[in-house]
Amino acid sequence: MHFADGAIPADYMGYVRRKHLWILGGVVLLFLLLIVSISVGAVSIPPYEVFLSIVNGIVDRINLLLNPGTALNPSSTDRIVWNIRLPQALAAIVAGVGLSVAGVAMQSILRNPLGSPFTLGISNAGAFGAAVSVIVLGTGQMHSTVADAVTLNNPYVTTLVAFIFCLLATAVILLISRIRGASPEVMVLAGVALSSLFTAGTMFLQYFADDTQLAAVVFWTFGDVGRASWQELGIMAFVTIAASLYFIANRWNYNAIDAGDETAKGLGVSVERVRDVGMVVAALVSAVIVSFLGVIGFVGLVCPHMVRRLIGDDQRYLIPGSCVMGGILLLASDTVARIIVAPYILPVAVLTAFLGAPVFIYLLLRGYRR
Amino acid sequence: MILDVDGVAFNYRSAPVIRDITFDLRPHQILAILGPNGVGKTTLLKCMNAILRPRAGSVLIEGADLLTADRMEIARKVGYVPQRCEAARLTVFDAVLLGRRPHIGWDVTEKDIRIVEAAIRMLSLENLTLRYIDEMSGGELQKVSIARALVQEPRVLLLDEPTSSLDLKNQIEILGIVRHVTAEHDVAAVMTMHDLNMALRYADRFILLKDGVIHAAGGSDVVTPEIIEAVYGVPVTVERYNGYRFVVPLEPESA
Repeated sequence: MHFADGAIPADYMGYVRRKHLWILGGVVLLFLLLIVSISVGAVSIPPYEVFLSIVNGIVDRINLLLNPGTALNPSSTDRIVWNIRLPQALAAIVAGVGLSVAGVAMQSILRNPLGSPFTLGISNAGAFGAAVSVIVLGTGQMHSTVADAVTLNNPYVTTLVAFIFCLLATAVILLISRIRGASPEVMVLAGVALSSLFTAGTMFLQYFADDTQLAAVVFWTFGDVGRASWQELGIMAFVTIAASLYFIANRWNYNAIDAGDETAKGLGVSVERVRDVGMVVAALVSAVIVSFLGVIGFVGLVCPHMVRRLIGDDQRYLIPGSCVMGGILLLASDTVARIIVAPYILPVAVLTAFLGAPVFIYLLLRGYRR
Repeated sequence: MILDVDGVAFNYRSAPVIRDITFDLRPHQILAILGPNGVGKTTLLKCMNAILRPRAGSVLIEGADLLTADRMEIARKVGYVPQRCEAARLTVFDAVLLGRRPHIGWDVTEKDIRIVEAAIRMLSLENLTLRYIDEMSGGELQKVSIARALVQEPRVLLLDEPTSSLDLKNQIEILGIVRHVTAEHDVAAVMTMHDLNMALRYADRFILLKDGVIHAAGGSDVVTPEIIEAVYGVPVTVERYNGYRFVVPLEPESA
C-alpha cells in the first residue's frame, strides 16, 4: 500500500490542539483550587500568603538538601500550610488522580461504563484486607480520640494485605468477565456481591475487635484524605504516577479495545495480556489508596464520565483528562467537607457518595452506551 | 504468491470446524469464501491472521510464516475488517488513525497523519473527518473500518461479510472500493460473503465450503447449479447477463 499524496489536515490539527487546551485548562484550575483549598479552614490564610509559603517552603527545603547544616525556620502560617493543609490537599489530589485513572482504565479494559474500583467491589476488598491486618495481625490502632488519629504500626503490612485482597477481588472480576462476558449487568451484580461479601467480612472481624481496633476499622470504611503523612503521600504519589504513565503508554491499546476485541487483535494488540496487566495495575493503585486513606467511593466512576462528556472517548485525552478531573473533584470535595459543618470535619468519602450516587443512577437510567 | 494457506484445520473445543484448507492467492486478486451459515467461513478468516490459532497447517504471507510471528508483526501484514465494529465517541480521523497502531511508537508522526488523510480521501470520508463515529450510519462506519485496515498498509486484506448490513448502494460502493484497492495496490483481499451475486460480480476466485472442507475452488466457472445445490441444498439456475453470472434460486415446485 502507498499513500504518497497525504496532506496535513488543518481542521484535525486544530481539534487536537483544543483537546490539549482542555487538559491544560484543567491543570491550571487544579493549581488555583489547591491554593484556595489551603487558604480556607479554621484559620483562614490569604491565597497570596499560601502561594508564598509554598514557594518559600520549597526553596527552603531544596536549600536544606544542599546545605544540611541550616535549619528550617517556619512561621505559624508555614506550619499550618506545610504540616496540616498541604499534605491533606496533596493526598486529595493524588487519591483523586489514582482512583479516577483506575476507573477509566477499568471502564475500557472491561468495556463497561460502570467499571471503577468501588463499583466492582475492589475498594471494599481492600478495606477488608486492611481490617484483617489491623484486627487479626494487630498492625494498627487508635492512639487518641481526634478524628484523623488512626495510625498504623506497620503501614506496609496493611498495604500489602489490602493489596492482596484487592487482587483477589480483581481476579474474581476477571474470571467472571471471562466466563459470563463483561456485560454491565453481570459486572455490577458481581461488584455488588463482592462488596457485600467483603463488607460482611469486615463486620464479622469488627465483632471480635477491641475498642481501639474497632475505631480504626470503622475509620477505614469512611475514606479520609486527612490521614496521610508525608511519607505515605510519597508512596501513594509514586504508585499513582507510575500507574498513570502505564495507562497513558497503553492509550492506543485501550482505544483499539474500545473498537472491539477482534478489531484490537487485528491491530496487533494482545488483548488478554493488556487486560490482565491493566486490571492488576488498576488494583494496585486502588489498594494503595484504600489502605492509606480508606474507602473513597464513586470518584473512579464519576470523573471519567464527566471527562467523556467534555472531550469524548479518545483515550489519548480521556486518560490524562480523567487524572486532572479526579484531582479537581476530590480536592474540591475535601475542601467542602472541611468547611461545610465547621468546626467539624467530614470524611471526604461522605461527600463523594452524595455526589456519586446520583451520577451512578443517572448512568443506569441513560443506558450503557458510552 | 502473496498468500499461501496450506492444510489449515481448526477445532472448537474438540469438534473440528474446518480442516484441510489449502489455497493460494496472487496480488490484485479478490477471493470470496462462500458457504452456508455455520460452515466455518469466519473461523477460516480468523485463522488467517491468528486471531484463532489453527490446530494444524500453515499460513504464509510472501513466504513468511504468519503463525509464528507476534501480533504486531501480523498486524503490519494483514488488515482485518470484522463483521461488526463498536462505535466509541471517537472522530472519524482518530478511528482511522487507530489503524496506524502497528506502526506507532510512542506517538503519531506527521507521516501517520498524512497516510490517514490520504486513506480518508480514498474512501470519500473527507467531509466527515471530525464527525464522531457513534453518530454515523452503518455504511459510513464500514468505510471507516476499511480505511482503518488500509492504513495498516497490509499485504492481505481480510473482510468478514463486508456488505451484510448494508443497502444496495452502500454494498456496491464498499465492494467497488475493495476492487479499486486490490487493483491499484500490491495487495490481495479475502472476504466471506452470503450474497452469491455480489461475490460473482466483484471476486475473481471462489472457495465454497461444505461441512468444514473445501467443496469447490477456482474461478467463477466453479459456481454451477450442481455445486450451489450441493453446498446450500437449494436448487438454482445460473444465468448470464452483461457478462456476469447470476444465481437465481428456483421455486421448489418448479425444480
